[in-house]
This record gives sequence, C-alpha cells and structure tokens, in this order.
Amino acid sequence: MSAVTFNETHYSMNSPVTPPSPVVSPPPPPGLGERKNSQTNPQRGAEAGALPQGRKTPMWESERGQAFGEAVGKFFRAALPPLLGMALFILLWQIVSSSGGEHGLPGPAKTWESAKILFADPFYDKGPNDKGIGWNILHSLYRVGAGFGLAALVGIPAGFLIGRFAFLAAMVAPVISLLRPVSPLAWLPIGLYVFKQTEPASLWVIFISSIWPIILNTAAGVSRVPQDYLNVARVLNLSEWTIFTRILFPSVLPHLMTGIRLSIGVAWLVIVAAEMLTGGTGLGFWVWDEWNNLNVEHILIAIFIVGFTGLLLEQALVMVANRFNYE
Amino acid sequence: MHNYLHIEHARMVFDTKKGKFTALTDINLRVGQGEFISLIGHSGCGKSTLLNLVAGLATATEGVLLLAEKEIKGPGPERGVVFQNHSLLPWLTCFGNVYLAVERVFGAREPKSRLRERTQAAIELVGLSHASAKHPNEISGGMKQRVGIARALAMEPKVLLLDEPFGALDALTRAGLQDELMRIVQETKATTLMVTHDVDEAVLLSDRIVMMTNGPAATIGEILDVDLPRPRDRLSLAVEPRYHHLRSQVLAFLYQKHLKHAA
Repeated sequence: MSAVTFNETHYSMNSPVTPPSPVVSPPPPPGLGERKNSQTNPQRGAEAGALPQGRKTPMWESERGQAFGEAVGKFFRAALPPLLGMALFILLWQIVSSSGGEHGLPGPAKTWESAKILFADPFYDKGPNDKGIGWNILHSLYRVGAGFGLAALVGIPAGFLIGRFAFLAAMVAPVISLLRPVSPLAWLPIGLYVFKQTEPASLWVIFISSIWPIILNTAAGVSRVPQDYLNVARVLNLSEWTIFTRILFPSVLPHLMTGIRLSIGVAWLVIVAAEMLTGGTGLGFWVWDEWNNLNVEHILIAIFIVGFTGLLLEQALVMVANRFNYE
Repeated sequence: MHNYLHIEHARMVFDTKKGKFTALTDINLRVGQGEFISLIGHSGCGKSTLLNLVAGLATATEGVLLLAEKEIKGPGPERGVVFQNHSLLPWLTCFGNVYLAVERVFGAREPKSRLRERTQAAIELVGLSHASAKHPNEISGGMKQRVGIARALAMEPKVLLLDEPFGALDALTRAGLQDELMRIVQETKATTLMVTHDVDEAVLLSDRIVMMTNGPAATIGEILDVDLPRPRDRLSLAVEPRYHHLRSQVLAFLYQKHLKHAA
C-alpha cells in the first residue's frame, strides 16, 4: 500500500466538497477505524491505486491554500478603502476639470500624459533656469536636509539643556513662545538682509522653522525621563557621562524622533514656499516657473511630487522611530 | 556585630504644597550583619520612605543613619536596591541591565571577561540564564523582578534593600520567588531589609519583623522576633503552630492595634 493511496483516501474522506469517488463508497467493516480500514482493505487499495494520478488535492483545499486565501482576503479588505478613496478623488478631479470647460483644470488623463513626458528625462540640464524635474527635487531635498541638519545640530543639545535645567527652561520659554508662532516666510527677509544671498537665506528659513519642534520635543523627553530610571542611576551611582549615554539618551530617543519627524514635515512644507520666493532651483521655483509659463499640468504634477516625497520622508522616519520604540 | 546598620532618632519631614508633612518620627533600629528584616505596615505608613533613607535616595531631616559605622550620605553601590516595579532599562537586555551594575562596581579593577562572568553568575543565581539575551518587554513580570534581584546581587552589596519586591506578582509566582530569595540570601549571607505588606511573606522570610504604626508621623510600633529554624519550608510551616502564632501576632498588630480606617 503506497502513501499516495492513503493520502487520497484521507483527503477525500475529510473534504465534503470532493465529489464521491469509488474510494469512499465501500462501507467500512464494523469495528475498524478509518485509517486502519484504508490500509487493510485490499479491495479499496486496489481501486485507489487504479485511480488516475491526476486527482491531486486542489490548492484552495489544502491548508496552505486556505491560509493564502485568507491573506488575500485580508489584503483586499485592508486595501479596498484607500483604493476606493483614491478612485473617488480622481473622479472628483475629473468632474472639476471637465466642468471647467475649455479653461478648466487639466484632467487626470492629460496630467498623466504630461507627467510621462516629464519623467522620461528627469535629469537634463539646460542652463540655470531650465533643469529636469529630478534636479529640482534633489535641490529641494538638499535644502531641507541642510537646514534641518543645522536645526538638529543646535536644537538637540539645546533641548537637552532646557529639559535638564529648569532655570534655563524658564529663561527661554518666553522667547520660544514668542518666536514659534511666526510664519516661516516672515524670516526670509531677515535671512536675505543678513546673508545677502538667496541660498543661505532659504536654509535659514528651514532652520528657524524646523528648530522649534526639535527643541520642544527633546526638552519634553528629557524632563519626562521616568523617575524609576533616574533612581537606578542614583542607586548605581553612575557617572554623569554614563547616565547620559545609557539612560538619558535612550530614554529621550523616542521623543527626539517625534521632534525630528515634525521638523522635517515643517521643513518640507516651508521649502516649496521659500523657493517660490528665492527662485533658481527646487520644486518651489519650478511651480512658480510653470505658473509663469501657464503650464497647469506641471503645477498639478508638482503638487503630487511634493505630497509623495513628504509621504516617503514621513514613512522612512516612522520606520526609524519604530526601531527605537522599546515598550 | 549587632550594630551593622544603625538608625537613631531618624525623622523625615516632606515639604508639600499644604505645608510640612511629617512622614516618620523617632525611628530607632539596629540591624545585625546577615539579618533579614521586614518592614510591615499599612500603606502610607512610611515604610518605603524608611527604606529610601537607608538606600540614600532621601536624606533624613533629623537623626543619624550609619552603615558599618559610616554615615549614609547618598546612594551607593554597597547597598543594592530592588524596586517594586523592577525598574529595568527597556533598551538593554537582561544581561545588559545586570552588566551596567557590575561594570559600575567592578569595572575599574577587573577585566571585561571577569565582569561578564560576574553578570552570568548573577543571572544564573536567579535561574534566568536562558533569558539573558532577551529584552525586558519579552519576559514575564516575575522574570523581570528576578533580573532586578540579579542586578542588585551582582553588585555584591553589603545590604540588600527590597521595596515590596513581589507586590505586583500573582500569588504562585510570588511564592516561587520568595523561596528563591530565601535560598539566595542563605547563600550570599546578605543583610536584607524588605518592605512588604504581606504577612505570610514577612513571617516566612524574616529574622525580625518591624511593625510600623500608621502615618502621619509613623514610627516603629513593635518588633517581632521570628524564631523559626532555618532552612524554612513553606509546606511544613503551614502545619507549624509556632508559625501561626507569629502570623496572628502580626495580624493582631495590624488589624487590632493599628487598624487604618478607610477615609
């Protein structure tokens, strides 16, 4: 008796969907279990062996198949609402654009065609005011990175100090409260006046608008280090340096990551606006340039690029932040 | 030496928003080397405050605390503390948590390999060798508490201070850890001060039970000698009349003489 026969009888007995086959038809002799029966009954064995080998268990009946089916179902249940939302959004866009008639907004199809041409050659360079979309994205990203990097360089130590020393916190609180609500672009003239150049001025705007979330979140993290951890440090009589590296810093890290996420979010919001004003390169400049060219498809594409890049930045940082989540 | 830990006329006053609050007053206690002392009392009676004074986490407003004839001025690694809520650092593994303490105490005079041996030994002592590479969020509450005990023991402290070490655990886990603590203290001969609100735990583990009156201005009400022979076994003690006598004495103190009325 081969294993194949056993498997076949086993499956056909257990799955009600399988059409009745000769294998199951003979009634088992009384007093014998199923398994024993399938192995001892010569007639059954012969009949089963005579069956064509093609009758395999269908994939959807096997355990793996069912697990796969469940996973697919789960995926669709999870993916359906967002996909539906996107579809409705595009539909709405289409309705708005077609209701505008001749001079309405470009529709999704037209914008898509335009985007295909645009992204066919993203890295061309035809002089200072005519660069490919790839260059513009990279320029904007560079400015965000540089401005944010400076903000982190200043803001993280400042946040630690402010969180550690109540006196310092009380000292800088009014200044921060006063400066934080200022619209980022209000800082641009100051930057232009001080630096006399557009590039450092736009870095300055990124710096000043993205430094507040870093400072405030780091300080909050430092002042909220659980007393338990500090008690451990005190009981062990750890040195200041060890307390900082082994207890304070790891404990603040999740707050710090939140600060960084908010900062980069703000920086990305601000850069487009700043570049509209400073010109030269970058996504913001490109938007404004295309507005002057009245190329509305490109403006719509720029909006999608800004949104998509921001989303990617956010997701990347969330991934990094989860890495440091200990709870 | 019946005067290893010496507390004399200790008084603790806290400054609160509503003015001064006297938590402890006129605390006098002498603890011999190798003794196991339990502090028992209703919640809010200042028993944890007294432990913090010995740990050096708080400073007495008045009075003197001496350990081996030296004044306790702040926390120090010669006093190992096991906190009620384990207080493990979540970003370090069990090994890392214990190693941090070992490194602090022995790092200056011993090579790294020896430090690792000490850490392993402490983890082994509490029976957690299999979990030494795990992070605190991957192990159970009882295991975390055992790591906390290992951390305190690894420092080879003169005094082991336990602040309701098993308070947050279920009864079965607690019993297991009590047995283990008994064995460890027997092995290491550590002088131990334990805060508890569990009468059975106090009688089972202690050489003496310090019973505290209710706060505010709590003080030591009575001290009960637990003259049960060691090693003790919880099953045979359960049928021991002497055990029940001691137990009922603690209960009488807590529920007849110093019953705390619910506010």
